[in-house]
Parts: sequence; structure tokens; C-alpha cells
Amino acid sequence: MSARIVLEGVGQTFLVRGDDDRQLREFVALDGLELTIEAGEFLTLVGPSGCGKSTVLDLIAGLTAPSSGRLSIGGTPITGPGLDRSVVFQQYTLLPWRTAQANIEFALEAKGGLDRATRGEVARRYLDLVGLADFAGRYPHELSGGMKQRVAIARSLSYEPEVLLMDEPFGALDAQTRERLQEELVQIWRRTGTTVVFITHDIEEAVFLGQRVAVMSGRPGRIRTIVETQLDHGGEEGFDVRGTPAFAAHRHEIWSLLREQEHAAAPAATEQQEVHRVA
Amino acid sequence: MSPSTLLDERAEARPHPRQEAAARARAASPRRRRAVSLGRGLAGIVSLALVWEVAPRLGLVDRYFIPPLHVVLGAWWDMVLSGELRTHVQASLGRSALGFSLAVVIAIPLGAAVAWYRPVRELLQPVLEVFRNTAALALLPVFTLILGIGETSKVAIVTYACFFPILLSTIAGVATVDPQLLRSARVLGLSPVTTFRKVVFPAAVPTIFTGIRIAGAAAILVLIAAEMIGATAGLGFLINYAQFNFLIPKMYAGILTTSLLGLAVNYALVALERRFSRWRP
Repeated sequence: MSARIVLEGVGQTFLVRGDDDRQLREFVALDGLELTIEAGEFLTLVGPSGCGKSTVLDLIAGLTAPSSGRLSIGGTPITGPGLDRSVVFQQYTLLPWRTAQANIEFALEAKGGLDRATRGEVARRYLDLVGLADFAGRYPHELSGGMKQRVAIARSLSYEPEVLLMDEPFGALDAQTRERLQEELVQIWRRTGTTVVFITHDIEEAVFLGQRVAVMSGRPGRIRTIVETQLDHGGEEGFDVRGTPAFAAHRHEIWSLLREQEHAAAPAATEQQEVHRVA
Repeated sequence: MSPSTLLDERAEARPHPRQEAAARARAASPRRRRAVSLGRGLAGIVSLALVWEVAPRLGLVDRYFIPPLHVVLGAWWDMVLSGELRTHVQASLGRSALGFSLAVVIAIPLGAAVAWYRPVRELLQPVLEVFRNTAALALLPVFTLILGIGETSKVAIVTYACFFPILLSTIAGVATVDPQLLRSARVLGLSPVTTFRKVVFPAAVPTIFTGIRIAGAAAILVLIAAEMIGATAGLGFLINYAQFNFLIPKMYAGILTTSLLGLAVNYALVALERRFSRWRP
């Protein structure tokens, strides 16, 4: 049911205005990025801030077109947004004038083909999935940050996309809420079989969630390595995967990879500025 | 203890939604507090009425120019009974309602269109600012010159006065929609028309209402002034006519009626606004 996403030689450049001389410059955000995301897998993408993680996500979502290279999903090139992919952003993007349930119905209205009663039913089912069945009639301002993000996740899942793209969705949440939502997300992923691409700058989050962790390097953004984690989340109550030696080892491995990059980048500061004068 | 200063009131502790759910209740504003605030508001009005009644009686102000409140209310009641007031209110209300509705119907779609296309917005914004800051009444002679002294010029000036607040607030409301909401609409693949209908317009409604409320106040203000200059019916005419003929209590009765009318219009618009923006904190 899910489709494989392939990124081949993807490059993205932006025009930015320089701080010191106000000249338009070309900023290379991504260059020759290669990545294949298998159908149904949970892939996390980590990298230093400003390495172009969100750009990768925008490209897969079809919100922007790449400057070079090709992106395809299930063999078809990505040319724009589509209901086969959904995005959960870091900021809560709920419509403030709609209740939690009506916000989910909003996505179902966009999908079309369902009558009003069915939309309500589906919306309640997904609210239940994220544990907010009792809050269906609340407006976003009456919900906490974690609840809003749950509604956003429920909305993204409600129209059954093949791919769920998440851009640091738990970044603004407190530590406990974040951990609980991470666990719930793994459960939901198992239950629904949706492909998940999850962006984060939090190494532990990446290791905990991903079956594979793609480590990015910055300026220009590329995939540096892919670490296979495949942690057993265990079914039994009270099992803490974060406490296992395997978890610690992966965490350390990725931490070292990112740290190495920082050291490599520091002396080569001139090379780091891959910024060309345009005119 | 109920909070007394604005700071206490706004900085008050509130329960987490989960705690509210556990208590099976929403953080409700106690009914008692509402009653107290209503009582205080009423006390303010009563004090004003007392001052108005007592000051002329004590000779603090000239009884002839500012008659005691009961005399004014008596004159008002006579006009109610004779049906005179009804004629004038009807005339004024009809004109302002027509002018106001015309402004709403024209300004909202136009404002939305202007805001939707950035070049159009940038082209028109300064021009609109100039028009908005031109007092409507300054243009009354122009309207009278072109449209004559009849109903048309009065309705037109009300429309003019209402038009700019609504237009500018619509532009502001549409142009400042949260870009994140627009991004999520794009992710869902909504067409521009649907995005406008389901995301942009509802998001702009509160801002548009600010303009509508300003317009509501302007409609009455401008109309009364216009009626003072050339009309044979309407509250502005009544006030002016009474003053010319030294019917001082009647004049105050007319003024009081315009205040009541203004209040009623404002409350009606606030109620309507609340109806449309119940989702706001």
C-alpha cells in the first residue's frame, strides 16, 4: 500500500541577501542528495541545524521544487503536494476557529468523497487513536501544546496518506509529553503501516523512533551515513528501550558522526562558505 | 477573592485542560463576578443620571440650557407617544442601515481581492489611506453638489464613511493570515478558492469585524451631521430643529436617542462578532 520514495542527486539553491554587502548570493542548501525511503519504514533524519533537513521535507511534500535532481514516490515524479503525503509541522497548524474534531474533518473535506456523518465518525475515531476522544469539542486555544500536536497528527493520519512527513513535531513540547508522544507515534506507525519520515535535531529521538537514522551533513546538505538501528521496542509494559546498551551505542555513534562534522567544518571555514556571487 | 487590577485579572492561574477534564468542568467565570461587574456598570450610569438631575436643580448649571433629566425624559416620552420620535428614528435608521449595508457588500469582496494580489495591494494601499483620512463630512458638499439634497446624497455619504474602515480591515485581515495555515492548506492540496473560503476568510473575520464596528459608529455619526445640514426628517434634523426653536428639552431628548441608537448598534455588532468568533480565547 505504501510507496517507496526515491531522491536522486537532489540539489536546492536559494537566493539570499548577504549580511555585510547586501548582494544577492546563491546559497546551496542541498547538493547531490541521495536517499531512498522504503515503503512502510520509519526513517528519521538528523543533522546540525541549518543543514537543510526541512528543505528535504518540503521537497518530498511537494511544497517546493528542487533546483536539480529528481524525486519520485512509487515511481511517479513528485510535482506538487498530494493527499498521498501529509505533513505535521513543528508549529501547530490547527485552524483556531474549528474544534479538535472539526479540524480533522477539515482534512477529510479536502479529501472529499465522504458525507458529513462519516467525516464526523472518522474524525472521532482518529481522536480516539491519539487519546483525545474527550476533547473533540474543544477549540485549539483550550488545548495544551501536546494536545494540539496530537490533533495535528490525528488530522494527518485521518485521510490515510501513504507517507507521513514530520518536521520536528515534538520540538516545542516538554520532555515528558515528548516521550509519551514518541511512544504513541511508534504504536500508531505499527498499527497503520504508514511510511514515516521524521526530522529532528534530537539524537535520542532519532534513535528511539527510527528503524534507520539518516545522518545529514550541512553546507551543502547531503546524506552522510545511514545508521540501521532496528531497536526492539518490546511489547511488555515497563520496558525502557532507552536504557538498553544497543540504544546507548547507536546514540553515541550518531553523536560522534555529528561531532566529527563540526570539527571538520571548523578549520575549513572558507570552504564551508559555498556561496557564490551571482551578480 | 476576585482580581481587581488588570494585571491580576490577566495573570490569573488557570488549570491545565487535563485538570479541567479531571474535574469534569471548564474554567468557568463565576456568575457572581459577572453580576458584580454588571452592578458596577449600572452604578456608573445611575450616578451620571443623578448628576444630570441634581446639578440644574441646585443651580450649578443654567436650568434653561441644561434642564434636569426628568424634564428631558418627559419631552422624550411625549415624542414617543405622539409618534414623532418614531418617524425620525425610522428615517435615520433606514438611511444608515442602507448606507452601511451597501458599504459591507462592496468593501468586503473588494478588500479581499485587493489583499489577495500583492501588486494591487501595494498600488492601492497609499491611495486608500488618503481617502480614509479624508473626513467624510468634508466631502458632504461634494456629495450634495453631485447627488442633490435628497436621500441619495445622505445614503452615499454613509456608505463612503463606512466603506474605508471595512475595506482596510478586510485587507489587513486577509493579508496577515498565518502563513503556517496556508502551508497546511497547500499540503492538503486545496484549490485557491477553497483555501480562501475555508482558511483565509474565517481567519480574517475577527479583523474584518473591527472595521465593521468602526463603520457602525461612523454610519450614525456621519448621518446625524448630514441630517443637520439638509433634511426634513431624521434625528439630526430633530436636534437641529429643536435647537433653532428653543425647544431645549426636546433637543436633549433627540441627543439621548442618538446615544441609545449608537449603543444599540454597537451592542448588536458586538453580539454578532461574538457569534462569529466564539473560537477566540
